[in-house]
Amino acid sequence: MDTNIEMNLTPVSLDEIKHLISERAIQGETVLLNMGPQHPSTHGVLRLLLELDGETVVNCVPDVGFLHTGIEKNMEAKTYVQAEVMSDRLDYLNNVGNNLAYCLAVEKLVELDAPPRAQAIRVILTELQRISSHLVWLGTHALDMGAMSLFLYCFREREMILDILELVSGQRMMTTYIRPGGLWRDTPVEFEAAVRNFIKTFPGRVDEYERLLTKNPILLRRTQGIGILKPDVALQYGVTGPMLRASGVAHDLRKAQPYSGYEQYDFEVPTQTGCDTYARYLVRMEEMRQSLRIVEQALNKLPLGPVRSNNRKFIPPPRSELGTSMEALIHHFKLWTEGFTPPKGSVYSAVESPRGELGVYLESDGSPKPYRIHWRTPSFTNMQVLPIMAKGHLVADLVLIIGTVDIVLGDVDR
Amino acid sequence: MDETTQAIVKTFQERFGAQTDEFRGEVSLILPPAHIQAACQALRDEFEFNLLSEETAVDYWGETSFGRNDSSSEQSPRFHVVYRIRSLPRNQIIGLRVPLDGNAPVMPSITSIYANADWFERELWDMFGIRFEGHPDLRRIVMPYDWVGHPLRKDYPLGYEEVQFSFNFDEIDERKPYAQE
Repeated sequence: MDTNIEMNLTPVSLDEIKHLISERAIQGETVLLNMGPQHPSTHGVLRLLLELDGETVVNCVPDVGFLHTGIEKNMEAKTYVQAEVMSDRLDYLNNVGNNLAYCLAVEKLVELDAPPRAQAIRVILTELQRISSHLVWLGTHALDMGAMSLFLYCFREREMILDILELVSGQRMMTTYIRPGGLWRDTPVEFEAAVRNFIKTFPGRVDEYERLLTKNPILLRRTQGIGILKPDVALQYGVTGPMLRASGVAHDLRKAQPYSGYEQYDFEVPTQTGCDTYARYLVRMEEMRQSLRIVEQALNKLPLGPVRSNNRKFIPPPRSELGTSMEALIHHFKLWTEGFTPPKGSVYSAVESPRGELGVYLESDGSPKPYRIHWRTPSFTNMQVLPIMAKGHLVADLVLIIGTVDIVLGDVDR
Repeated sequence: MDETTQAIVKTFQERFGAQTDEFRGEVSLILPPAHIQAACQALRDEFEFNLLSEETAVDYWGETSFGRNDSSSEQSPRFHVVYRIRSLPRNQIIGLRVPLDGNAPVMPSITSIYANADWFERELWDMFGIRFEGHPDLRRIVMPYDWVGHPLRKDYPLGYEEVQFSFNFDEIDERKPYAQE
């Protein structure tokens, strides 16, 4: 086989990827097959170059970047407040969590504190968002196995969460509700009732999913022993989140380095030792219940008070003050035209997203725009173990292994 | 700085001549590029720092380099490669910074120590043009394979698309860079 032939449907020549596939592929004994980027079960625009021996995966080379939007570069050209809007667009299933990660990094950089009420609402919303993200994972994961109806059930519940987000921020997905120093504004009066309604409804619904799936023989045979990820491999590859916990390592940033007042809430970090797709399924199902516990506790002791810091060097004054206070007018003008200027320095701040450690590296050169911002996104790191997990399995199982990593391509490509 | 961090700082100062930088409670060790592999090895094997959280870079092109060097750092050291390494047993995180020359930046890869550095380093090659010696698969990762330039460098313009209106649609259309076959 001529190695210089440009492979069909791909701009990468065989020479460039020669070191990633086995000698047998070059001799033509195994088949090279493209999966994606338009394949529906790759959960976005992920392209996998598969080397197949019959139906068995010999090698798998992920090719990412189809959703690259240059968010990091764009953020460098915006002020700290403007740049936040782009953070929603990274991991489109965890928008509130991205906002939180960004705001915590900015707050750490300028040494700003959010008031207790704002912190509690942040926790409620990020935990709801975690549930909605896991619901999308569950629905699509079940869909990959052929369970169509569960997908519809999951999206029914997810809609309740998106309604709550719409209630507080006016947007279903791209909320930008959490702001440096607090929140955009306080929650409306209907908020508590809406969350209570969800807390009341949801446990029954999770039980319903579990009745449909957890002991389902089809699910058991398709997931047990598939996509084994040993804890030492997971740590070596920097895997975090439910993937790591399903390999028996109880690492959760909400417990390890609590932020936004997570230390006040009583919840467990579910772990499994199965290391396979089924273990990861069990971990995420339990996480939904634990998140609901956190939401309930946070809502029960939701403190009253302001939702934005009153440090006027960073937070604009309320409009009512503009007519009476010269200081307020100056701050308003300065903050909305120039923005605030943090001191020179760099910080790294990380939160636990539904997929793992979501870190923000933020560097300031003393100007009102971030000098450099890097998103350490969990999907990007978790994706790297995909070839290891997929090796030796059937193509049909590869679909489930992609599902179990719970990748969001917006999160991988940024 | 707590005790373990102090022990690490002391070891690194003696062994690699590292400088320390502390900002907002985060400790960073500044190392020359030649020592990065040995430093990561020591962190992983002696101090139980078992998870590479992130690896990224900052371009100080045309900036005065961040209080560390008074002269303008257009060429040297132009880049800082930044690592954040986490220890799960100790529940700690430590930063490493490696200053790099701007003229054909190259440094050793740490993929043999932390496997997930693979994609981080590919991204750094893609975005900053920093070469990693000993990397098994240094290709572009997010940009198209035939892309020219390294977009996150500070001398790379942000770029924009010209807005077409009916009166100048054809004129702009002619010079518009469409995807080539």
